[in-house]
Amino acid sequence: MEVLLGITGKDFTLIAASKAAMRGATILKASDDKTRQLNKHTLMAFSGEAGDTVQFAEYIQANSQLYSMRNETDLSPSALAHFVRGELASSLRSRKPYNVNLLLGGVDPITHKPSLYWLDYLASLAPVPYAAHGYAQYYCLSILDKHHHPDITLEQGLKLLDLCTDELKRRLPIDFKGMVVKVVTKDGIEEKPFDDDKVVKSA
Amino acid sequence: MDTLVARYSRPAYHQNEVFTEQEQQDLADAVPGMPSLSLKFAMPPVAHPSAWLRAATDDRSNPSCPIKIAHGTTTLAFRFQGGIIVATDSRATAGNWIASQTVKKVIEINSDLLGTMAGGAADCQYWLAWLGMQCRLHELRHKRRISVAAASKILANLVYQYKGMGLSMGTMCAGVTKEEGPALYYIDSDGTRLAGNLFCVGSGQTFAYGVLDAEYRYDLTVEEALELGSRSILAATHRDAYSGGFINLYHVKESGWEKHGFTDTNPVFWKTKLEKGEFSNVTSDLAD
Repeated sequence: MEVLLGITGKDFTLIAASKAAMRGATILKASDDKTRQLNKHTLMAFSGEAGDTVQFAEYIQANSQLYSMRNETDLSPSALAHFVRGELASSLRSRKPYNVNLLLGGVDPITHKPSLYWLDYLASLAPVPYAAHGYAQYYCLSILDKHHHPDITLEQGLKLLDLCTDELKRRLPIDFKGMVVKVVTKDGIEEKPFDDDKVVKSA
Repeated sequence: MDTLVARYSRPAYHQNEVFTEQEQQDLADAVPGMPSLSLKFAMPPVAHPSAWLRAATDDRSNPSCPIKIAHGTTTLAFRFQGGIIVATDSRATAGNWIASQTVKKVIEINSDLLGTMAGGAADCQYWLAWLGMQCRLHELRHKRRISVAAASKILANLVYQYKGMGLSMGTMCAGVTKEEGPALYYIDSDGTRLAGNLFCVGSGQTFAYGVLDAEYRYDLTVEEALELGSRSILAATHRDAYSGGFINLYHVKESGWEKHGFTDTNPVFWKTKLEKGEFSNVTSDLAD
């Protein structure tokens, strides 16, 4: 029941991930951050098998940073997405594949174009205007189908995110303990405050 | 041992006759040529018919089961200031096969009571038609229309008697009566019966809930409510492979229900996309 959401707009990409770290029927931590920064303007959110997730994300993070140091230039979000897909694809046919689903959001440092990539553990890669992983797909994609437009402002994007998280609070049977929300713009990555304690009344 | 137990225990359905044998005889005598009202069915010649049925039809535990029951659907109903909106898609699937695109999933029980179909198509069709008969009998016996609460309870009690024997249905009963006002009930084959303001049922339920919850208010106008109902079904037909076809829309009000069309989803989708700019993940450009 991990929640990952991603929304792009005119000049930003929003990434949100649930704060609960669950093992079986227990919440081990209620302030988990399921995101890693790959470089100045690319952020990756992950969910999936315990252990695999952080191992894989930090492996990608380290390699992205190594590239930046060696070449004194960052990989673009698109280049990173294809690199990650390649790593997942070779892992998939290995003795022990990584069981990790990802959202990769960024803003191109040269063109300033926002982008969002949806990847799953089978190494599917899809560039999308908005995305979700897990059960959140079932509730949020229909909302985003209706309310998302490619040229929305950050304020509108955050409103849209509230619309999605409100629905999840209403209908998901398990409390996901609020969200970590981060926004990528041409100026870098910034965490946005999110009201975890908001109570949503059911219809 | 099984055969011994079978000899001395009567299957549940024998005790579940709604009418006594005498009543059945009286009814049959009163109307010559009328078929018997018995709910005794011919059973498959095996020791445990319900277990046998489950083995043959339950594709969740056995994906290669020989009989695929029609399951996928999106249906919704919600109460608002102006009455109740009921909307459904029209697709029937059996496994991965689209069996029909023109199914009527709203069953008109009488001029002011509606039922919706989700789950096994045959189960819903048969038992909602049966419910219609029970409602008419109530009317004749008591000289007044049945309440929605009572109608829904007749169905809930019936499916509860058959619990565990393989019935599969998720239905909503909607109606407006003098005593109750607008009333909406959810009934499923587990025996659950719930009164509520808003329900979505079927494989596309989550997608419909997504759109519906976000903009639902009790004080919606009739136009807003009809649009929201139809848009929620559209959302589900777009994302759920087992839902599609036509949008079947009804408005239940004090004077009875009113049908608001059986509309093909395809032109509605493209109109929504091109005129409102929604569904921005779908391209309309052939070059892409």
